[in-house]
Amino acid sequence: MLGVIRQSLGCGALASSVKILGRGVERVIPIASAAGRNYSSVTKEMTVRDALNSALDEEMAADPKVFLMGEEVGEYQGAYKISRGLLDKYGPERVRDTPITEAGFTGIGVGAAYYGLRPVVEFMTFNFSLQAIDHIINSAAKSNYMSSGQISVPIVFRGPNGAAAGVGAQHSHCFSAWYASCPGLKVLSPYSSEDARGLLKAAIRDPDPVVFLENELLYGESFPVSEDVLDSNFCLPIGKAKIERKGKDITITSFSKMVGYALQAAEILSKDGINAEVINLRSIRPLDRETITASVRKTNRLITVEEGFPQHGVGSEICAVVVEECFEYLDAPVERIAGADVPMPYAQNLERIALPQVEDIVRAAKRACYRSVPLAASA
Amino acid sequence: MSALSALKTLPSHPIAGGHRRRSSPFLSSLTNTSPTGHQLRSSAAISVSLSHSVIAPGRPVRAVSANVVSEEKQLEGSAFPVISREEALDLYEDMVLGRTFEDMCAQMYYRGKMFGFVHLYNGQEAVSTGFIRLLTKGDSVVSTYRDHVHALSKGVPAGAVMAELFGKAAGCCRGQGGSMHMFSREHNLIGGFAFIGEGIPVATGAAFSSKYRREVLKEACDDVTVAFFGDGTCNNGQFFECLNMAALWKLPIVFVVENNLWAIGMSHIRATSDPEIWKKGPPFGMPGVHVDGMDVLKVREVAKEAVGRARRGEGPTLVECETYRFRGHSLADPDELRNPAEKSRYTSRDPITALKKYAIEHGLVAESELKAIDKKIDNLVEEAVEFADSSPPPPRSQLLENVFADPKGFGIGPDGKYRCEDPGFTQGTAQV
Repeated sequence: MLGVIRQSLGCGALASSVKILGRGVERVIPIASAAGRNYSSVTKEMTVRDALNSALDEEMAADPKVFLMGEEVGEYQGAYKISRGLLDKYGPERVRDTPITEAGFTGIGVGAAYYGLRPVVEFMTFNFSLQAIDHIINSAAKSNYMSSGQISVPIVFRGPNGAAAGVGAQHSHCFSAWYASCPGLKVLSPYSSEDARGLLKAAIRDPDPVVFLENELLYGESFPVSEDVLDSNFCLPIGKAKIERKGKDITITSFSKMVGYALQAAEILSKDGINAEVINLRSIRPLDRETITASVRKTNRLITVEEGFPQHGVGSEICAVVVEECFEYLDAPVERIAGADVPMPYAQNLERIALPQVEDIVRAAKRACYRSVPLAASA
Repeated sequence: MSALSALKTLPSHPIAGGHRRRSSPFLSSLTNTSPTGHQLRSSAAISVSLSHSVIAPGRPVRAVSANVVSEEKQLEGSAFPVISREEALDLYEDMVLGRTFEDMCAQMYYRGKMFGFVHLYNGQEAVSTGFIRLLTKGDSVVSTYRDHVHALSKGVPAGAVMAELFGKAAGCCRGQGGSMHMFSREHNLIGGFAFIGEGIPVATGAAFSSKYRREVLKEACDDVTVAFFGDGTCNNGQFFECLNMAALWKLPIVFVVENNLWAIGMSHIRATSDPEIWKKGPPFGMPGVHVDGMDVLKVREVAKEAVGRARRGEGPTLVECETYRFRGHSLADPDELRNPAEKSRYTSRDPITALKKYAIEHGLVAESELKAIDKKIDNLVEEAVEFADSSPPPPRSQLLENVFADPKGFGIGPDGKYRCEDPGFTQGTAQV
């Protein structure tokens, strides 16, 4: 039976995709969260892992030109099990296990994209993308420009980015600032399952190279999803941030895992009477300058939160944008909260203090609201 | 100069034994095509060490050394030429176009019309012509920064290439690519890459897409990809990664090494532990062929077989063309490290003169016809220069165009709408 499914999905004429999509939506049933919390059947919950898996599944079913390539994506079901079940469904031609050759297979993906296929290249972590960064920047990002529009590159590079737990310096680097500085790329970083599904679908359908930065520690986390999110045509716009929590006293921008921390900090701050507005950037490039500056005009205070290294980071860019566009609205200096400016240490206690914690966000917010001594004064 | 003694097989490995006797696909096809096939005999002086075989046990492919270096004993004149009159004219015209164009580039550079990095192809025309004239329009060519002549052989008009070099809007990439980044969707020339080795995985991907279209999308597609790169690239990791994957997945690609013995000022011998590049094919499971890259007819014979193999789905081939660039690495290279004796040895084997001699000796064409072609090409190149000169430079609005295929990538503007939707964004000439 599996063979039959593989064949009918393999040669996808879109006419048959309607049935397939129906099947695809049915497959996405509420999944018990990793923590085993039970909710009533009214609210559906979905882990980020399942959100990514279902997005890949649906996009591969809808368009036979989409294929997945990377290390361990096939028989191993994905290094982090994101591509579980896809090999059985679509066959080894569309779910390709590669040898350990990042530069080679990334370049192969780019060459295939030149000819209209839509590869999804998975990096086991984005740290390994350093071996392939020449292709991401030079042959993917720049090609549409260098060829003056003749050659577009509809490719997606995805994988976990940033720190995990105890994996050491070479596996914990955050590359959001690196890729976001390059014209020709779109850089996305989802937080919740809704983000993961919508942004991945948008990325696969996009005709340009997209760097899709996931987070390993979020894969197992469950989030409530509405019926709209489960629809197979659910896409989020690229370049639009989401206001996760409306507030009026201070704006906190964040992306990926730090959104969760910012929301927790906002809860704590609300007990102190500080009503924080939390923005989930979703899209690092292009940056949604409008949502950020509109929020700053409302609250007059800003702190940026990210996991990566502080120098030349995403927070630096946001700070510059705000100074350029709404300087007069600021009542306090902009503060960046980022990871410590050191390669990630291994020891657990050191790793904890090398990454931003909720208390750091709370303290920074209080400083910005002049509830405590400012950093500059105490230096 | 005869093209018939193009191939020589290696003796089989003493340990591998007799079951190696099965003749290589190269040999058999060549004996079939050449009317005087018995003239395939060993040449007197073989420079490459043949004492050890590079055949991996159990592998059906073998390394074939084709017409090693220059001390080849001349064969008696063959009775029948290997090409027809039309083919001779086509090959001659293509090579002369390449040569004349590159010479004109040098002139224009020194007059200040061309700028930046310009890498000329003089001397290597046999490789480009020998391979690319065999390809169809749908086949792809991937090249390096030394790509002007590959573009011309593939069919990009000389005017478009010259305008691109001048940085004008009428260029094949509207002036946005330049000398090192020639792209033409229409002619399936996909680069033009400045980083050496960068084009090899991209070419492998193009071949992958051809196979994917045929096997997964069930389209009738037998397009082949030919990747050109140099001797310096063969020490790069990406080269080996792609040899592995192309053979593993049996992709329709031909890897063509234009071994001109020099990577800027680094001699190939100084940079490579084993300088015989063709031997690096068989360890990865594909045939490795060495051919005299100064002889367009030999290159063409090998190309026919390699491209045919790829088209039939038999997998990749590694072809090493021993060739030479008569000029420096680029127009900024003083070219002091190369021995003048070596240079003169290769200039005496100029591929254009050789083909001319062959064609006339075999009665294929009259000298006057070739002179007429020379004149025609001279005029063509002059017209290309005039066209490029008189073309306007790109308008300022072109700066922001084509960064993305979907310009919503420029994000959302102050009014809440996508920036690209604002008609003033690039003064109305952006494609939304």
